[in-house]
Amino acid sequence: MSEYKYVGKRLPRYDGMQHATASTRFVGDIKLPGMLYVKSWRSPVPSARIRNIDISKAQRVAGVAAVITHKDVPNNLVSDFPVLAEHEVRFMGQDVVAVAAVDEDTAMEAIEQVRVDLEEREPVLDPFKAMEPDSPQIRPEGNFLIVGNKNHQPVRKGDVEAGFAQADHIIESYFRTAAHEHAPIETQVGIAQTDAMGRTHIWTVSQAVFFNQGDIAGVLGVPQSKVHMIGGVVGGGFGGKNNLHVDHINAVLSLYTNGRPVKWVWTREEEMIASTHRGVAHFFFKDGVTKDGRIIARKVKNVRDAGAYAQTNAYVIMKQSGAVAGPHPIPNVWIDSYAVFTNKRPVSSMRGFGMYQTSFASEVQIERIAKELGIDSWRIRFINAVHDGDRSATGTELLACSMIETMQLAAERAGIVLDEDMRAMRSSDKREEA
Amino acid sequence: MAKKRGIGVGAVWYPTGLSGGGDPSQSVIKMRPDGSVDVVIGSCDIGQGARTIMRQIAAEELGVPIEKITVSAIDTDVSPLDTGTFASRITHQTGNAVLLAAREAREVMFEVAAGLLGVTPDQLVAEDDKIVVRDFPEQAIPIADVAGHATWVERKLIAGRGSYGGKPESLDNETGQGNVLHTMAYGTTVAEVEVDTETGEVTVLKLISVYDCGKVINPLLAEGQIDGGAAMGLGGALLEELHPYYPTLDHYPTGFFSYMIPTAKDVPALESLIIEIGSKTGPYGAKGIGEMTNTSPPPAIINAIYDAIGVWITDIPATPEKVLRAIEEQLGGKVD
Amino acid sequence: MNYTISFTLNGTPVQVEAPAHINLLTLLREHLDVVSPKFGCAQGNCGACTVHLDGEPVNSCLVLAMTVEGREVTTVEGIGTLREPHPLQVAFYENYGAQCGYCTPGMIMSSVALLQKNPNPTRDDVVNAIVGNVCRCTGYHKIVASVLAAAEQMKTK
Repeated sequence: MSEYKYVGKRLPRYDGMQHATASTRFVGDIKLPGMLYVKSWRSPVPSARIRNIDISKAQRVAGVAAVITHKDVPNNLVSDFPVLAEHEVRFMGQDVVAVAAVDEDTAMEAIEQVRVDLEEREPVLDPFKAMEPDSPQIRPEGNFLIVGNKNHQPVRKGDVEAGFAQADHIIESYFRTAAHEHAPIETQVGIAQTDAMGRTHIWTVSQAVFFNQGDIAGVLGVPQSKVHMIGGVVGGGFGGKNNLHVDHINAVLSLYTNGRPVKWVWTREEEMIASTHRGVAHFFFKDGVTKDGRIIARKVKNVRDAGAYAQTNAYVIMKQSGAVAGPHPIPNVWIDSYAVFTNKRPVSSMRGFGMYQTSFASEVQIERIAKELGIDSWRIRFINAVHDGDRSATGTELLACSMIETMQLAAERAGIVLDEDMRAMRSSDKREEA
Repeated sequence: MAKKRGIGVGAVWYPTGLSGGGDPSQSVIKMRPDGSVDVVIGSCDIGQGARTIMRQIAAEELGVPIEKITVSAIDTDVSPLDTGTFASRITHQTGNAVLLAAREAREVMFEVAAGLLGVTPDQLVAEDDKIVVRDFPEQAIPIADVAGHATWVERKLIAGRGSYGGKPESLDNETGQGNVLHTMAYGTTVAEVEVDTETGEVTVLKLISVYDCGKVINPLLAEGQIDGGAAMGLGGALLEELHPYYPTLDHYPTGFFSYMIPTAKDVPALESLIIEIGSKTGPYGAKGIGEMTNTSPPPAIINAIYDAIGVWITDIPATPEKVLRAIEEQLGGKVD
Repeated sequence: MNYTISFTLNGTPVQVEAPAHINLLTLLREHLDVVSPKFGCAQGNCGACTVHLDGEPVNSCLVLAMTVEGREVTTVEGIGTLREPHPLQVAFYENYGAQCGYCTPGMIMSSVALLQKNPNPTRDDVVNAIVGNVCRCTGYHKIVASVLAAAEQMKTK
């Protein structure tokens, strides 16, 4: 007998029938009177100085309502990311000019009339080269993300060198996770309209509507009360719609279209090259392991290819520093987490938000340890599993642990018979001290 | 020239909510004069079913049938703040906010009903669209009557507010110490793969996963996350790469013809189970699940490849080319 | 320059003026306000724009609008509505075949085409029918379950 009437029940989606009958209205389905359509001029190269932007011919195309550059943006920077590029382009696909016109074809025609004079530069694409002191700096603040007073986030627990000295085995590995695109089936799309009272209304696919509202109010140079965002129906996000760019550009364009709404539907190509993505992560692991399989020292250097702008890289570095030592009570931990900027499209959140990468690295590392020591893959994980009351590498007290229980059940479901002692373990057991 | 099978495991952990905290979700709940309820949130549904979860929680707490409960989309003029739909935070943070708002609304409802029933509010429960005296269940009033009475006679608004988020924390600049990961959830995936040693192709035959997400508010929605996460995890482990020639931008993909996301034919048989090791902090003990389901399959698949053919692919995705090169470099070209 | 295109849409004759170079997806969404087929890629790779042309599922982004002259086009609106849903739509609702809902119209059209030809599909038949419809949310299993459940339900009618 269930103690709850609704909690714990397999109930269909609130809007399930709407989805099944295609009644759900996505932002791309919305049409407003007088609507204009947006296209942007994007940099074809990953790194260049902008010498000149000429929009005069574009402005004269029949059916064009507005053409904007950085000059037309009240406050062009959102943190370090320009709404429209001003002095330089730092990634291939970066927006430089935006057009609102009566239809997409006319907008494209106008874009084709835009002349941007670029002085191409050698792009910095390799984060390890970017870390070298003589590398070209792609940002005035330098190629490293500054964390406090350092160019990395350190984690120091115990004495990792002493741990290595005590260990019976040292296992070193390098891991690389790929750059991934969220690829939601709905691309970035937005509609903006600034009304007669100077309020800007935005129909958005943002996953972080209130953050974006604050950013857009900053861009427009108005109080937040002047920005009204309507959203919450999104055709897939996965972290790719946290740092939208479409709404910022639309909002500015809408200042210049005399109250007419502007709509921008990103093409799949734009989504693939210019939206935010999961950047490549590099991990260098060095573990000290006792002969009975306990990891007693872990040293990790973590280099995140951070793309061209800050975005949420600082958050991920913090999170990865907390997580990369894995769900293991390792007494000696030394982590240096770097985020290094390169001339790639902006890097931000994607499902896992840093721990997709760390979980891959630490779980393959522990497998390598198992093979090196000749210990069973399950046993090595049970030996090193967190228990209730253990502390993570950064000091979080872990409660309601269940690594042990999920492993036991997964093994059982997979038809793998674990040894008695592994089947008897519980997260709530007090750990045996070595 | 052979197809070799292997099994691998990936056991992961994942925090619930924004790491470092400071991520409030707010909710306002109001009852209409006919006893129906509006739950107003600022949370975005990206497909994971947030609005459904909130409706369940509100119905549970208020004793109002779920059909009488609406949940808003987002309108910044009306919706209270929500930090955003990411970091597996909505069920936990917004769920708690809705829980708190519902309980506050329920208190107002009980105050009004207590007057009508001639008892004290602590003697009341709300269930099946009625306010009932706990020890004398035949003494009950329909919630619609309470709401009507509150509105027109007592001129009271039955409403509640809630706000919940993680406590702001950061890592020390020297030691990196700081309590930034909250309410950890755990999951284990076992992958069964088959590797074609001639073509390097890896087929995932089956994924068996067990996730602890604390109390499951809606198992159907949780299963959806497991299914979707498995597909995305498989894509990342075997198929998806934006830089075929990293770190250059050469041959950068511009569509699904060159960026290979899994189709219905690519997803393996899935067996999954959810266990509920309740959290101390979530609504009814819930934890997040949405991201963890795609972080456990990739290492399981890579470890299974090692089990099958004895090569380490430590650079994902494990494309056929990488598998063949690894066989060449690590085994001198021969798999035994 | 605009051309007049006359065709049957969900059983009703329509006539619309449109440029020669547009695809059927644009004709439906922008010129006829039929927004069920979705824009996902316009490269013919995702299936979000799937409609029926003379009963066959097609990617409407790959069909030149003018070529539907005199033919029959069916979209989700012609399959079922909130008031009178098709059993497949009810099955999607009950079996959680839609999460964000964006690929769903295309999935519905591909699946209906399958069920019209093959009322007794195997799991593989369903997978083959929807292999051209990409979904990023569901991992496909509950979509397949929805179609099989609908087939079962429709047999007992």
